[in-house]
Amino acid sequence: MMWETVIGLEIHTQLATESKIFSGSSTEFGQSPNTQANAVDLGLPGILPVPNQKAFEYAAMFGMAIGATVNQRSTFDRKNYFYPDLPKGYQTTQLFHPIVEHGQVEIRIDDTLRTIGVTRAHLEEDAGKSLHEDFDGMTGIDLNRAGTPLIEIVSEPDMRSAKEAVAYLKKIHAIVRYLGICDGNMAEGSFRCDANVSVRIKGTEAFGNRVEVKNINSFKFVEKAINHEVERQIERIEDGGTIVQETRLYDPDRDETRSMRSKEEANDYRYFPCPDLLPVELSDEFLAQVRERLPELPEAKAKRLIEQFGITDYDAAVVTSDRALAEYFERAAEHSGSGKLAANWVLGAVSQWLNDSDSNIEACPVSAERLGDLIQRISDDTLNSKGAKAVWEAMLTSDASVDELIESLGLKQVTDTGAIEAVVEQVMADNAGQVEAYRAAEPDKQGKMVGFFVGQVMKASGGKANPQAVNQILRSKLGG
Amino acid sequence: MSLSTQTLKSQLQALSSKRVSSVELVQEQITRAQAINADNNAFISFNADGALEQAKQADQARADGSTQPLLGAPIAHKDLFCTQGQVTTCGSKILQNFVAPYNATVVENLTQAGAISIGKTNMDEFAMGSSNENSAFGAVKNPWDLDRVPGGSSGGSAAAVAAGMVAAATATDTGGSIRQPAAFTGTSGIKPTYGRCSRYGMIAYASSLDQAGPIAQTAEDLAIMLGAMASHDPRDSTSATEGTEDFTRDLGRSVEGLRIGLPRQFFTEQLDDAVASTTHQALAELEKRGAVLVDIDLANIDLSLPAYYVIAPAEASANLSRFDGVRFGYRCENPKDLNDLYERSRSEGFGEEVKRRILVGTYALSASFFDAYYVKAQQIRRLIKNDFVAAFEQVDLIAGPTTPTPAFKLGEKTDDPSDMYLQDVYTISANLAGIPGLSIPAGQVAGMPVGLQLLGNYFDEARMLGVAHQFQQITDWHSRRPEVSL
Repeated sequence: MMWETVIGLEIHTQLATESKIFSGSSTEFGQSPNTQANAVDLGLPGILPVPNQKAFEYAAMFGMAIGATVNQRSTFDRKNYFYPDLPKGYQTTQLFHPIVEHGQVEIRIDDTLRTIGVTRAHLEEDAGKSLHEDFDGMTGIDLNRAGTPLIEIVSEPDMRSAKEAVAYLKKIHAIVRYLGICDGNMAEGSFRCDANVSVRIKGTEAFGNRVEVKNINSFKFVEKAINHEVERQIERIEDGGTIVQETRLYDPDRDETRSMRSKEEANDYRYFPCPDLLPVELSDEFLAQVRERLPELPEAKAKRLIEQFGITDYDAAVVTSDRALAEYFERAAEHSGSGKLAANWVLGAVSQWLNDSDSNIEACPVSAERLGDLIQRISDDTLNSKGAKAVWEAMLTSDASVDELIESLGLKQVTDTGAIEAVVEQVMADNAGQVEAYRAAEPDKQGKMVGFFVGQVMKASGGKANPQAVNQILRSKLGG
Repeated sequence: MSLSTQTLKSQLQALSSKRVSSVELVQEQITRAQAINADNNAFISFNADGALEQAKQADQARADGSTQPLLGAPIAHKDLFCTQGQVTTCGSKILQNFVAPYNATVVENLTQAGAISIGKTNMDEFAMGSSNENSAFGAVKNPWDLDRVPGGSSGGSAAAVAAGMVAAATATDTGGSIRQPAAFTGTSGIKPTYGRCSRYGMIAYASSLDQAGPIAQTAEDLAIMLGAMASHDPRDSTSATEGTEDFTRDLGRSVEGLRIGLPRQFFTEQLDDAVASTTHQALAELEKRGAVLVDIDLANIDLSLPAYYVIAPAEASANLSRFDGVRFGYRCENPKDLNDLYERSRSEGFGEEVKRRILVGTYALSASFFDAYYVKAQQIRRLIKNDFVAAFEQVDLIAGPTTPTPAFKLGEKTDDPSDMYLQDVYTISANLAGIPGLSIPAGQVAGMPVGLQLLGNYFDEARMLGVAHQFQQITDWHSRRPEVSL
């Protein structure tokens, strides 16, 4: 039987506002517990919420970036449930009239483009944190996070594999980072994801019962958790069981999901319009101002980079997956005058460093300008690729200029034709038999045979000879 | 006659002409109020030391030339207004030890105007009730007859003014909680337009209906108080941009040519006959002075009560979720786990009526009944509002009885909540529509006061107070006071 996976994601994106959505408290991460919770955040009696305009601006930016409708009138609702880290006993959110609806993003899987629908993105307040460790059987409550503005981005059930889900998640991540509305830090919980997963027999229309998988807070875990859940569901159905609608928690240590609550145990949140907050009206003028300030987004940037620097679609897509990386590339390309080489280096050595150091581009010890210097020395034949690699390695630990490093490492490429000719003649004299064989061979075989001589000459030059010059001189002398 | 039983206006004149110092007046007022409180229980707490300290400062400020409108005048706050550093109970065991770290905006405004609060008045728990019998601190008794209720939920404020414990007090009105007790105690009270006074620091019952206002002896005192209480407040998103104004400006205006609408739906068989005839006599006084009485229809008004008892409990069920024993307020002894903490803290901390409304509201908001109750009630609310908007195209004011009957006996309705809810049948529609309403003494039935209710268009409080003041120029019901034993 052929199974099809159906996935929808709910992404909680903390907005990078300085203060909370309904109070003046700071949203800074990592402060001492409960030092950033005022009377509003504590839900003290008689206290009222006052909306933070910046949150609306950021939500509107997101809506514009995904080609969605930004509703000029949106309203807040209360979602009621009891939990100690939810001070008011309800979360203020937007159920009935969200600020953003009907958007879409494109994702690329291998060479195929897929469109994923975004049902809605609504503003809401984050809850505080419950800390179950360190309190000896008790629970600590930290309300610093309570009231931090979020947009919850809800996708259509448009994804058909864990890989697509990751691509979509990365795309949304890139967009919010481009817009500067979220720091995207998954480890600190600024960007969190729940997945709705179901399976159905390929070709059928009806959706299977869906399971909401929670607590998947890294790109790596998203793929693992979804794949695990899909396997669990298929196995269960094939064993004659059924899938019950429920919420399951992903445990990354054991790589498994376990049931949190079933549909029957699910809360009735008793949503209703929040009477403390009037409908929010966004004027044409406000939205026009927001639109004006919208930065260049990944797709537009990729298109421009392709035109401006002649790089491939693929390179452009990868380079623009992160705004900072794209800006790094662009500076290196401009500084060096070679877009293609800059793309190769950013996707090669630079990405390698990012992976190895598990770090971001802002932390890279080689600035875009220094990489540009390095690329210039490749373009003007001062360095061959092997030498360039050695200089790059040195640059990671040294502040010396590219030219200084080339000098101190003795990597300057030999392009002096006279010097290369001398070496070529020496190699031909040392390998007279091969020269004979070359000359006797059919022209179509000679192409391969020249490689031997190139290798010998490079070796004799200590790797410093310019390979193109070597090739050219060899062919002419061997032909002689 | 002792100054402590006189109107706010008289007290202010005595203070400004330095016939009395604030210290003297505040001391006299506290002594009197504390003596009477033993009988009527109008106050939950007194702030004698703090009030006298403020009185000293007020006298100094006056000596320094200050002309704050309420400088040195003793008042009292309903105990759901947060007062910084003082216990604010909201009439509930769950907040019996809650000390607010901030002042409500209304409290702040009155303090800025120079008023001095001598204490916090009793109330139905979380403002839920029409008899003041739902207080965790005991029922309040009507100064006109200690066997009768003073009305609710602002029963403490109304009884305090009626008994001359204080000349004016703050109160709140969600479905009639200012007007009904004012009617029962022979005092004057106004519920302003929704949004006129900030709700910041006012412990919420039903946020879309709650509105603060004053209770005092006269319409003129109401105008003085309201002028100080009202403001546009950036801390309350629902506060009106209109802010405050000079509410005394129309006090001298004649009622000649004033068109007063009498809703047929207010004069039906559920209205006590004696109250009906008292109301008609009062209206006849206004007619004699040139007002024009016009019968009108408020077609959907009969739906007010059921709509209110969906919307108000629904909002309350969420508003009261924060009282969970976790961060402040009452917490049960030795909870065995989180659910036990919630269940017992709330079961032990809340009274019966509060629990009843939380349950009703929770039910009305549940997924399967939301459309049938909450959504329907909001539709009715819109219809009622439309009725008023249409009516105010024909008439300047609407008038009628404040309550169907005079004050009833303590315990008379405690076993029948829906009979108790009928108390608010004439007052509730103003809250649903958000329009202002006031009640002034209109006469007496068997020795108990009866109120005349005036409903006005949005932000038309000044005109309403003008009409009420004119009525009080030609009648003396407002100046009749119960005999109070000290």
